[in-house]
Amino acid sequence: MAKIQLNGKNLKIIQKLSIKQLISKYKLNKNRIAIELNGSILHKSKFKKTFLKNKDKVEIVHFIGGG
Amino acid sequence: MEDKLKKKDIFKLANLKLKSRLIVGTGKYKNFQEASKAIRESGADMVTVAVRRVNILDKKKPTLMDYVDPKKINYLPNTAGCFNSKDALRTLRLAREIGGWKIVKLEVLANKKNLFPDMIETIKSTKVLVQEGFKVLVYCSDDPIQAKKLEDVGASAIMPLASPIGSGLGIQNKVNISIIIKNSKVPVIIDAGIGTASDATIAMELGCDGVLINSAIAKAKNPILMARSFKNAVLSGREAFLAKRMRKNFLGNPSSPVVGLI
Repeated sequence: MAKIQLNGKNLKIIQKLSIKQLISKYKLNKNRIAIELNGSILHKSKFKKTFLKNKDKVEIVHFIGGG
Repeated sequence: MEDKLKKKDIFKLANLKLKSRLIVGTGKYKNFQEASKAIRESGADMVTVAVRRVNILDKKKPTLMDYVDPKKINYLPNTAGCFNSKDALRTLRLAREIGGWKIVKLEVLANKKNLFPDMIETIKSTKVLVQEGFKVLVYCSDDPIQAKKLEDVGASAIMPLASPIGSGLGIQNKVNISIIIKNSKVPVIIDAGIGTASDATIAMELGCDGVLINSAIAKAKNPILMARSFKNAVLSGREAFLAKRMRKNFLGNPSSPVVGLI
C-alpha cells in the first residue's frame, strides 16, 4: 500500500498504480482534466507511465461554472 | 448600409473573431440546464469558466462540459478566487493543460470584501503569461494609467470593472471608462458590476468593445429572459455607438418646423 493525498484527501492505494489507472478509477475523462503531481503539471502523455509513490500529492482539476 | 455596417463590425478578440460582443459567465445558476439555456439565449460565443478540484467523492456528478460544449462555444478560463500572482499563474497553466486553452481571463483580487483587483500583482502576472504565449484578457480597476500599463505589457484586452464584482451597481465612473477606451489600442470589455440591460447599453454606447456578464443574468428572477434582454441591450448600445449620437444641447430645440406656424 502507498499513502497519497488526492485533492486534499488522504488515500491508501495499491502499489504501482499509474495516473492513468487512478483517473479511470474515478471515471474521469483525461481530455477534461489537468493533473498536478507534487506541485508540477503532469502532461497527459505521461499518465500511462507515471506511477504513484508513497506521500505523493495529486491535484486533479477541471472546469466548473464561473464568472 | 445597415447590413454593411453590421458585416464590417466584427469583434476581434485575441486571435478570434466573435459574432457577439456579449461574453457571459457560467457561474451562480441554479443548475447546468439553466446555465446552458441562458447561454444559448444570450447569443454569446464565449463563456467564462473557473478551474477547480474534481469532486472525487461523487463519480457521477454532472460536469459543465456535459451541458456547455467547448467545441461549440469558446471557453475563457478565469482565475476567480486568486489573491496573488502565484495562484493565478498556477490556475491558468492548469487550464491550458486541460485542453490547450490559451485565451484566458486574468483576475488577481486584492481583498475579499470588495473584490477589487490587485493591480501590482495583475500587471506582474500579465507579463509572465504573455511571455508564456497566453492571450490575456485582464480584469482591472477603472484607472486609465493602470489600464495603459496592462496594454504595454501585452494584454490582449483590458477589462475594467463597472463596479464591484457581483454588486449590480452599473457603471460608476463613465469618465474613466471613456478615457480608457480612448487610450487603448486593444479591445476594452466591461467586466463586473453590470446590474441590468441598460447598464450594458450604456457601456456599449460609451464605445466599449464588449461586456462580460454573469450575476446580472444568473441572479435575475428569470435568467433566460434576462439573457435575451442583454443580447438586445448590447446590440442596441453598439448600434447607437456606430450611429453616433446627436449633440447634447442645454436648451430646447423644436422638432417641428417653426416656419408656417398659424
